[in-house]
Amino acid sequence: MSELIVEIQNLRKTFGALVAIDDLTFSVARGEIVGLLGANGAGKTTALSILLGLVTPSAGSVRVFGQDLERHRVAVLRRMNFSSAYTALPSNLRVEENLLVFARLYSVQKPRRKIDELLELLEIAHLKKRVVGRLSSGESARVSLCKSLLNDPELLLLDEPTASLDPDIADKVRKWLRQVQRERGIGMIYTSHNMRDVEEVCDRVLFMRRGKIFAEGTPRSIVEKFQEQSLESLFIKVARGGDIEDL
Amino acid sequence: MNGSVILGLVLRYTYIIRRSVPRIIEMLFWPMLDLLVWAFLTLYLKSISDGPPSAVTFLLGAMIFWDVLFRSQQGMTVSFLEDVWARNIINVFVAPVRVREFLAATALVGLLKVLIIIVVLTVSARLLCDFDFLALGWALGPLFVNLIIMGWGIGLVTTALIMRFGQAVEMLAWAIPFLFQPLSAVFYPVSVLPAWAQPLALALPSTQVFEGMRSVLAGGPFPTAHLLWALTLNALWLAVECVFFAWMYQSTREKGYLAKLGTQ
Ligand SMILES: Nc1ncnc2c1ncn2[C@@H]1O[C@H](COP(=O)(O)OP(=O)(O)OP(=O)(O)O)[C@@H](O)[C@H]1O
Ligand SMILES: [Mg+2]
Repeated sequence: MSELIVEIQNLRKTFGALVAIDDLTFSVARGEIVGLLGANGAGKTTALSILLGLVTPSAGSVRVFGQDLERHRVAVLRRMNFSSAYTALPSNLRVEENLLVFARLYSVQKPRRKIDELLELLEIAHLKKRVVGRLSSGESARVSLCKSLLNDPELLLLDEPTASLDPDIADKVRKWLRQVQRERGIGMIYTSHNMRDVEEVCDRVLFMRRGKIFAEGTPRSIVEKFQEQSLESLFIKVARGGDIEDL
Repeated sequence: MNGSVILGLVLRYTYIIRRSVPRIIEMLFWPMLDLLVWAFLTLYLKSISDGPPSAVTFLLGAMIFWDVLFRSQQGMTVSFLEDVWARNIINVFVAPVRVREFLAATALVGLLKVLIIIVVLTVSARLLCDFDFLALGWALGPLFVNLIIMGWGIGLVTTALIMRFGQAVEMLAWAIPFLFQPLSAVFYPVSVLPAWAQPLALALPSTQVFEGMRSVLAGGPFPTAHLLWALTLNALWLAVECVFFAWMYQSTREKGYLAKLGTQ
């Protein structure tokens, strides 16, 4: 069994009376891509936010790289990174300036070379001198991915990274993610509402409902287990409150 | 504290300001406008009174001093707001940035803004109304330092409130400093305040600074007592403000609002 870089145990998060995460336990191995799936409000973003130290858990333990997250927050954050369709980079800075700032925050060695290399990889070298605010949403999503690879993270958290991408670029992003996973052994936690993404990219899927995992396995094994046509049809059935547990 | 991280954040805020003509104008617009109004008022007062001219120059001095306090607070809180507005604050908080490094960076931005404004106002006051600010002499530096520190303290509080209660309370960033203006005895001595308000006023570092400023402008000696009081009060207040910030930060993370900052 390869090394576990994320170990979450009996995690619980309540917001007042609302239970967002309910007794969640899972782990991620080095170099593994884990998909978090679930309807709106299932608790995916909350789980990622807890892993990023943005939200404190109500109960349970969160260990990343074998360290307690709350006690070693900065040391842990140095080795991971994050990209989301819901955050942006300062819009009146050039792509290069933005990435240079983050390179400093992550103490990247030889930042300019690193930035050039990543811009090449994501095929946006031509955007280097452009102002971020004037990029299309797909272009800025790729700049955000660039930012998330700056520190050669061992763990990458992605919240709907393909949400604003056209099918062509979404396909490329999936390919790049697979490529950086292969070449650099990056573990990832990936949330998406695009079943294509999940089927193509994820080694393992955690299917969440109301803050709990109710199915876990490879995309194929989950579909087979519930005797559905596809992840998509299973998703819809679960989202509409289908009596999945009875199956 | 990691200097490279702080420098990275300062770099980012200075990029933002340099890149944006409206922000540069905003930074200079209000102080210049204030200066003009107070300069004309000073001229008028000089023309109708035969009192010593120093009495009216209090006003100009007070205005510049107040701006130092206000801009130091603004530099801090607006830097934070810039990141919220840009939907970038989460990227900063999930980077390996300690909260104190983040705050140090915004405080430095406040300091930079103050330095720029001091230079601009000193030169303009000299040229436009023949008011020589440097006549205050050696007391100027420590008086300013105390105002800057108090500005940082208020900046901590306003930043914490916006973090905890969201962009709905954004206007507090501009309003809260003025809450301290009446008690700070900016344009008049503490002695004109009602008796019950005087002890409250004297508990503010700013009041000590303004009293000190007036005594120097009136030809008094180096205001040692006022400065020592200001420093002591600043240290006490800053300690309380840091605790308040830590409390708000913790509560913001518990309520899950930190993850929502600027994403809606
Ligand atoms: N700060 C908060 N305060 C109160 N409730 C919250 C907060 N953050 C999340 N919630 C609630 O917790 C639940 C889980 O939200 P979360 O954002 O994790 O869902 P999600 O799985 O990411 O959904 P989506 O697919 O829509 O992004 C939702 O019911 C949401 O309303
Ligand atoms: Mg979400």
